[in-house]
Amino acid sequence: MHKKLLTAACAAALALVAGAAQAQISGNVVKVGVLTDMSGTYSDLAGQGTVVATQMAIDDFVAQEKPAFKVEMISADHQNKADIASNKAREWFEREGVDVATELVTTSTALAVMKVAKEMNRVTLMSGPGSTAITNEQCNDLTVHYTYDTYAMANGTARAVTKQGGKTWFFLTADYAFGHSLEKDSSAVVTASGGKVVGSVRHPFPASDFSSFLLQAQASGAQIIGLANAGADTTNAIKQAAEFGITPKQQLAGLLMFISDVHSLGLKNAQSMYLTTGFYWDLNDETRAWSKRFFDKQKRMPTMVQAGQYSSVLHYLKAVKAAGTDEAQKVMAQMKKTPVNDFFAKNGQIRDDGRMVHDMYLVQVKKPEESKYPWDYYHVRQTIPAAEAFQPLSESRCPLVKK
Amino acid sequence: MEIFGVPSALFGSQLLIGLINGSFYAILSLGLAIIFGLLNIINFAHGAQYMMGAFVAWIALTKFGVNYWVALLLSPLLVGALGVLLERTMLRKLYKLDHLYGLLLTFGLALIFEGIFRDQYGISGQSYEVPELLQGGVNLGFMFMPIYRGWVVVAALAVCFGTWFMIEKTKLGAYLRAGTENPQIVQALGINVPLLITFTYGYGVALAAFAGVLAAPVYQVNPQMGSNLIIVVFAVVVIGGMGSIMGSILTGLGLGLIEGLTRVFYPPASAVVVFFIMVIVLLVRPAGLFGKAA
Repeated sequence: MHKKLLTAACAAALALVAGAAQAQISGNVVKVGVLTDMSGTYSDLAGQGTVVATQMAIDDFVAQEKPAFKVEMISADHQNKADIASNKAREWFEREGVDVATELVTTSTALAVMKVAKEMNRVTLMSGPGSTAITNEQCNDLTVHYTYDTYAMANGTARAVTKQGGKTWFFLTADYAFGHSLEKDSSAVVTASGGKVVGSVRHPFPASDFSSFLLQAQASGAQIIGLANAGADTTNAIKQAAEFGITPKQQLAGLLMFISDVHSLGLKNAQSMYLTTGFYWDLNDETRAWSKRFFDKQKRMPTMVQAGQYSSVLHYLKAVKAAGTDEAQKVMAQMKKTPVNDFFAKNGQIRDDGRMVHDMYLVQVKKPEESKYPWDYYHVRQTIPAAEAFQPLSESRCPLVKK
Repeated sequence: MEIFGVPSALFGSQLLIGLINGSFYAILSLGLAIIFGLLNIINFAHGAQYMMGAFVAWIALTKFGVNYWVALLLSPLLVGALGVLLERTMLRKLYKLDHLYGLLLTFGLALIFEGIFRDQYGISGQSYEVPELLQGGVNLGFMFMPIYRGWVVVAALAVCFGTWFMIEKTKLGAYLRAGTENPQIVQALGINVPLLITFTYGYGVALAAFAGVLAAPVYQVNPQMGSNLIIVVFAVVVIGGMGSIMGSILTGLGLGLIEGLTRVFYPPASAVVVFFIMVIVLLVRPAGLFGKAA
């Protein structure tokens, strides 16, 4: 009897040890991979700045939490190409022991990598890409879409502008999947808010001369010209609209703009425009403190993508520590059950579809004379509560969402 | 009144805009045509040199307070001088080899130049204000015409036809043309052919930089502004006929107009219409519209 009990106890102890061993962190190192656009169109809004933000998150985590494991970072340029991104991610997961792939600006790279990561049972954190497909048709249980998406941007800007009296809209749309989806999302919001879409024109991507398209927008007589494009296309269109005397008679609405775009345009060209953002460095003491630290390293104020990158990596690392493992499913469960509370988000929550929902901000670009110090660019006009900012779960097309 | 279902005001304004864009094509393709015609080099760095022209103007204004008018002269001189340096140290060694070597070298140089500017100034670009004298616009009835765009057309055409005149009608131009036909004989007549060739490359590059300064107030000054344009400009040169001076000027203007009209009638095709025409021209007249059959 005694012998039997002893054996059982031994077996139980062994099982426990084995369980503990399983719950440990592989190699006692957590490795964060930053896969981003280091040299192309999106390198200012993401790029090196997200690498800096990731390193800050790791340093802060190690200093505050004093983990028993080591944290390392690896980064690479995906050149906005899906094949390069997925090959790199596979190499990282298979040979470099990377636990989490992060950033992934440009939707095509994001969709490719999240598939590879799911297959290899690793987590993906996305700060840069915009498409709502990530948390709808293509969703999976190991992906977090963290900072923003086209729905939130279109929803915030188009609704506010329409409600303030911009009832008739004309869209200037980049002729590829992203532009089409931005136009579609925005049109729906305009119509739902009591406005009317009078027309649209699709321009090649990328384009540098927008005057032809702008004159068509002008001829439409619409009050608002919605810019369903991004990056250099948006900045060039804004600049040329002023040149042709289209603004301020008709108003522009940037449907996807970052502070890096406003910085490059200058306030004279960008003034009075409305846009939606997930983060602004000058919101409060907390955001200012973090952003100044970032500025000291990068010599530019952070975009929402860069701030979101820091927040997502820190949230992940804390979840690894709390779960005591780097096993993807367990870390995800921990991340989903813990609200995000830092300078970037208050009570942010990761939903079943992988969408991290948090407050967004409707801002208006200041006039040159209203700007008092460098990077003093926005009036915050409205805080859009998390519950309203993102696509509601009831409209979700993600199979993981139980309705 | 409507023309093919498009209001005539819109039609007129698109023609005018086509002419403006055509001026940029003309001045850039002219530089390429000169370099190809006299040096047999396909200058793939042309877009990067255009970009550098714009950046030099921007740096001169923001760092040294040098105004637009001075930059219009200074920037082509500086970038042209860089061109002279490149010709003396690198391109010179490639004249006897296949075209491909020159193309690869200049393509590599273009990537390096773009990389340097991207590293220094980021990708989003910088804003260059329209000079005070040319701000504002005039109402032409059918459209609001920014004065600056009008200036672009005037300046570009003046430089294009000036260049054509110099090459086709002056003694210097005659030396240049003779030098490319038969360098040995021209050299034997006591003319310094290598110097002529260096000067020609420098001038072609300066034309690109000049276009860059003209473009700075219109477009965001960013490191990729040239690479977006250069492919179209190459198509213009091919359509006009490699090495044909007047051909590249007229083709540049003409294609600007056609592209402008495409943007009204069927915008999605506006990015490819130039290449479509290129295919047709190559099938019908392989030497280009104005080129001499080889």
